Amino acid sequence: MAESNWLTEIPQLDRSELRDIRKTLDTAYRDFSREHGEMIEAFFDPLLSFLVWFEKLLLATPWWLVIAIVAGLAYLASRSWKLSLGVIVSFMLIGYFGMWEDAMSTMSIILVCTLMAIVLGVPIGIIMARSDRMQTLITPILDVMQTMPAFVYLIPVVMLLGIGKIPGVIAVIIYAIPPVIRLTNLGIRLVDKDVLEAATAYGASPMQRLLGVQLPLAMPTIMAGINQTIMMALSMVVIASMIGVAGLGQPVLKSITNQYFTLGLLNGLAIVALAIIFDRVSQAYAKRTQRHLGGMDNG
Amino acid sequence: MADALIRVENLYKLFGNSPEKYMPLVHQGKSKDEILAETGHTLGLKDINLTINAGEIFVIMGLSGSGKSTLIRHFNRLIDPTEGVIKVEGTDVMQFNAKELEQFRRHKMSMVFQRFGLLPHKTVLENVAYGLRIQGVSKAEALSRGRQWLETVGLAGYEEQYPAQLSGGQQQRVGLARALCTDAEILLMDEAFSALDPLIRSEMQDQLVQLQEKLHKTIIFITHDLDEALRLGDRIAILKDGEIVQQGEPEEILLNPANDYVEAFVRDVNRARALTVETVMKDPAYRITADTIAGALQQMKGFGRDYGYIVNDEGYQGVVKAERLEEAYQADKDATLDETLYEDVEPVDPQAVLETVIPNTLDADYPLPVVDEEGQLTGQLTRGTLAEVLGESQKPVEKDDSKVNA
Repeated sequence: MAESNWLTEIPQLDRSELRDIRKTLDTAYRDFSREHGEMIEAFFDPLLSFLVWFEKLLLATPWWLVIAIVAGLAYLASRSWKLSLGVIVSFMLIGYFGMWEDAMSTMSIILVCTLMAIVLGVPIGIIMARSDRMQTLITPILDVMQTMPAFVYLIPVVMLLGIGKIPGVIAVIIYAIPPVIRLTNLGIRLVDKDVLEAATAYGASPMQRLLGVQLPLAMPTIMAGINQTIMMALSMVVIASMIGVAGLGQPVLKSITNQYFTLGLLNGLAIVALAIIFDRVSQAYAKRTQRHLGGMDNG
Repeated sequence: MADALIRVENLYKLFGNSPEKYMPLVHQGKSKDEILAETGHTLGLKDINLTINAGEIFVIMGLSGSGKSTLIRHFNRLIDPTEGVIKVEGTDVMQFNAKELEQFRRHKMSMVFQRFGLLPHKTVLENVAYGLRIQGVSKAEALSRGRQWLETVGLAGYEEQYPAQLSGGQQQRVGLARALCTDAEILLMDEAFSALDPLIRSEMQDQLVQLQEKLHKTIIFITHDLDEALRLGDRIAILKDGEIVQQGEPEEILLNPANDYVEAFVRDVNRARALTVETVMKDPAYRITADTIAGALQQMKGFGRDYGYIVNDEGYQGVVKAERLEEAYQADKDATLDETLYEDVEPVDPQAVLETVIPNTLDADYPLPVVDEEGQLTGQLTRGTLAEVLGESQKPVEKDDSKVNA
């Protein structure tokens, strides 16, 4: 390589070398997925059955019962008639414009994903909060998960598991889990040192400290994380529909390819409506249960 | 001396990444600043030796940065020492494993914190019962015992409130009730009253003293306020830059400051409130044991004063002045001494605080007699002594050595 070249152009691999690298990695991964794909699929079978069962349950339940249950839950969580009324009106409209089944599919996948994200994310957050080394290790992984374009990690997931619900769920969880992990970690780290010290001084074991002090006091922050997770899961619905996840994302995808403006708008609005309902309900719940914490600065 | 409940021997604490490595420097006697400059490690505590007896209030006093909060956290191992031994009832707490340490913290010591350390998500009652719940006591029993303690500290009716709804003083009462609720023998109080305003603080001090009369706990009390230390402490240790500069009974520290640092502290103390008569009084020199006026006048002349204290087998009787005796003597040369000749003066209680005896001392033109509970004359209190002790001059007060360490 000539000296001048090196100064004006960045040193780079030959095309052939690059192709070899790609080929090696691709082949290796393809072999891996061929060999272990079925096993991994089997591993996710229980999740798939649960997902299918839950979706069927939502679809089999009469529409008015679903609305009543969701509105009732909204009232229990927020103690606000307005919010419950909003839930009823939104769901009626969704049904009226023929999006009921898709909305139920989306709701089931969102709920399952959120549940999975909490079940996985909170413990990871706790581990992160307990050790600075784990925090430095996990933080860059979370950064990658959040910034890597979703399409990029759809590829290996689809190669491994094919097209369908499970790869969709995995993609949604990868995309949506970082907030709950980050905010669990943050919430626990922000717990008042004095309170924690007091618990220690009275002989609380690490488990008693975690369950009795750290988690309850971190709860507002964790709830904010869960809220973010739900929002991100919803926004992922359209992308997930590209790999065969049923729901409101499918018609949106169809509208993009066929330029159906109204269909796209309606389904988009339905996603927004679900997002707002989930957001308001989870926030109102968090606020209501943590009210006595809010008064601390007046103390 | 009573049996030592807690014994701290040669305790060192060096804060930093590799304290063991730099301990030799500490033992070479390098100062805190030198060690910080050379190694980046902070010397928290240096060669602490303490014995704390069962049932006493032991006050550790120092300014911020003196290491007092670090020291108190060593007793229940919230902080582990770099070197040294801490024995509680003869057991080295450094030998405890995690489980034993938990048991030790649950049953032996409880702690009250400067910033209360209450659990904001639990009610006041649940906070008080927290120690018991951690021990595994059933909820019903824990709450019922918590309720009693809440009543003891005067917060009955606040059970279902949350800490944030209470004032600072009330919150610290909850903290105190929580500490007492576990029935731990040792109470650690880390600047427990420092965050409270002065009026509430002195109320809490009174309450603590009252409770202590009933409970006889061993209390280790941290403060930066010497008045508080003098008021509460049976013994006081003064800490400066992680070293104990003086320890002893309050009077000892007040009257015999070990060095300039302690003296600077002591200067601002209201001695009239901190010292008792006993600690400053002089030996009673002028006892009159005669039965007759003639004899009394004779004795008075003997020690060259115009007053004297009448004492007999039953103890102190009264004060007489020469002037009045002369008159009586002129009237009846054979008369015996009787109560009509005594001066109208209340004897002083040796336990009384100086403040309370100032007016009487200044009114009388003779030293006031100090009479103990058994009615025996134990000393005399002169205006001169008062002036000397309370006066501006801060030179160590002259006194009888026999009285100081009483």
